[in-house]
Amino acid sequence: MRASGIVQDNAVWLKRLTHRKQSQHPEIWAILDEVKDPEIPVVSIWDLGILCDVSLESGQYIISITPTYSGCPAMDTISADVTAALNAANIDKVVVNMQLAPAWTTDSLSPLGSRQLLEYGIASPQNKVGGCALTPEVGIRCPRCGSEQTERISEFGSTACKALFKCANCLEPFDYFKQI
Amino acid sequence: MNETAKQTTLDYTLRLADDSLVLGHRLTEWTSNGPFLEEDIALSNVALDYIGRARMYYAYAAELSADGKTEDDFAYLRDERAFRNLLINELPRGDFAYSMVRQLFIDVFNSMYLPKLMQSNDKTLAAIAAKGIKETQYHLRRSRDWTLRLGDGTDESHRRMQKAIDSLWGYTHELFELDELEQQLVVQGIAVDSTKLKAGWLTHVEGILAEATLKRPEDDWAVRGGRSGYHTENLGHLLTQMQFIHRSHPGCKW
Repeated sequence: MRASGIVQDNAVWLKRLTHRKQSQHPEIWAILDEVKDPEIPVVSIWDLGILCDVSLESGQYIISITPTYSGCPAMDTISADVTAALNAANIDKVVVNMQLAPAWTTDSLSPLGSRQLLEYGIASPQNKVGGCALTPEVGIRCPRCGSEQTERISEFGSTACKALFKCANCLEPFDYFKQI
Repeated sequence: MNETAKQTTLDYTLRLADDSLVLGHRLTEWTSNGPFLEEDIALSNVALDYIGRARMYYAYAAELSADGKTEDDFAYLRDERAFRNLLINELPRGDFAYSMVRQLFIDVFNSMYLPKLMQSNDKTLAAIAAKGIKETQYHLRRSRDWTLRLGDGTDESHRRMQKAIDSLWGYTHELFELDELEQQLVVQGIAVDSTKLKAGWLTHVEGILAEATLKRPEDDWAVRGGRSGYHTENLGHLLTQMQFIHRSHPGCKW
């Protein structure tokens, strides 16, 4: 499988990483690394770019998360999972806050998240060919065989954040995490 | 924010919320009724984007009202006359051509409206618009594609598209009108001055219609009233369906 072409250092991702490194609460971030996206259970909410911030205000941890798409139905579950993970670590005073700005973009994905998506069978926007801002009709590298001989079947896939493609080489259909 | 400003912003937010919710609900009526599987999924995805947008607006309205109301109170416990959506959103889904023409008109409108709302002095409305515009770009690409395909398709698809355009055209004028409340909010830099979007909208839509071999109708009739709570007979029926469960089991949670 070819995993080349994954962008390692886009500005949005680097900004997130710096923000986390400067945080006063590394232990909280570490606990939250265990919280996975309910629909893509191999990628953490940190690596997907959903987890934005951890802060402490009058003895209470405020965890900020942002939805990928406006109608992402996973937000309630993610919020409950965040609370449960912290409760399990004996941290009881937790508020999960929905943050709208800056709007989530596929550039928020970490390089690890992008690789995990690929291994899970979902092509991520970082490994697409060419510069079209929206989903291209052809040429998304197949996550199974690495071929670029692929075509779009549908702009809207199994969830709001994905489009559906088919590979002309290995003939498998696959999801593409579309760029926004 | 003082109390008057808060109330007007709340009213404006509810208008935007109602537009999104009512259109989102109309789109959900295609779920399991789409012409083929991918299209069914696409329509349901677009519906989800709109309902998500509505939730963000309603949640903000609840925050502004600060009287214990939640987003559900606004969506499920208001009657027809309290809804302030533009009428084009509430019309029945019709056939596929009709739904696609409506999406085209609204997608082009949103592709111009949301970038302006992103510049609003109200930070929350600006943030919601910034999320929405990304989705709208995908919506518009699809409704444009369908318009070209069906308009310049078979005699039957062409006929249905033209019929849809002719029956929806009179509902588009309302998109570009401002009442006193919105005029006031435009002055404060909160609301979008949609009157200024009409020329650009017409150029964009006319271009797509011409490419699809479809005709732009004459401006010989117009229906309006949504922003003051005067609706077509269709909204009441929509609400009975949408609100039924919530009202039958007050306070129910699961």
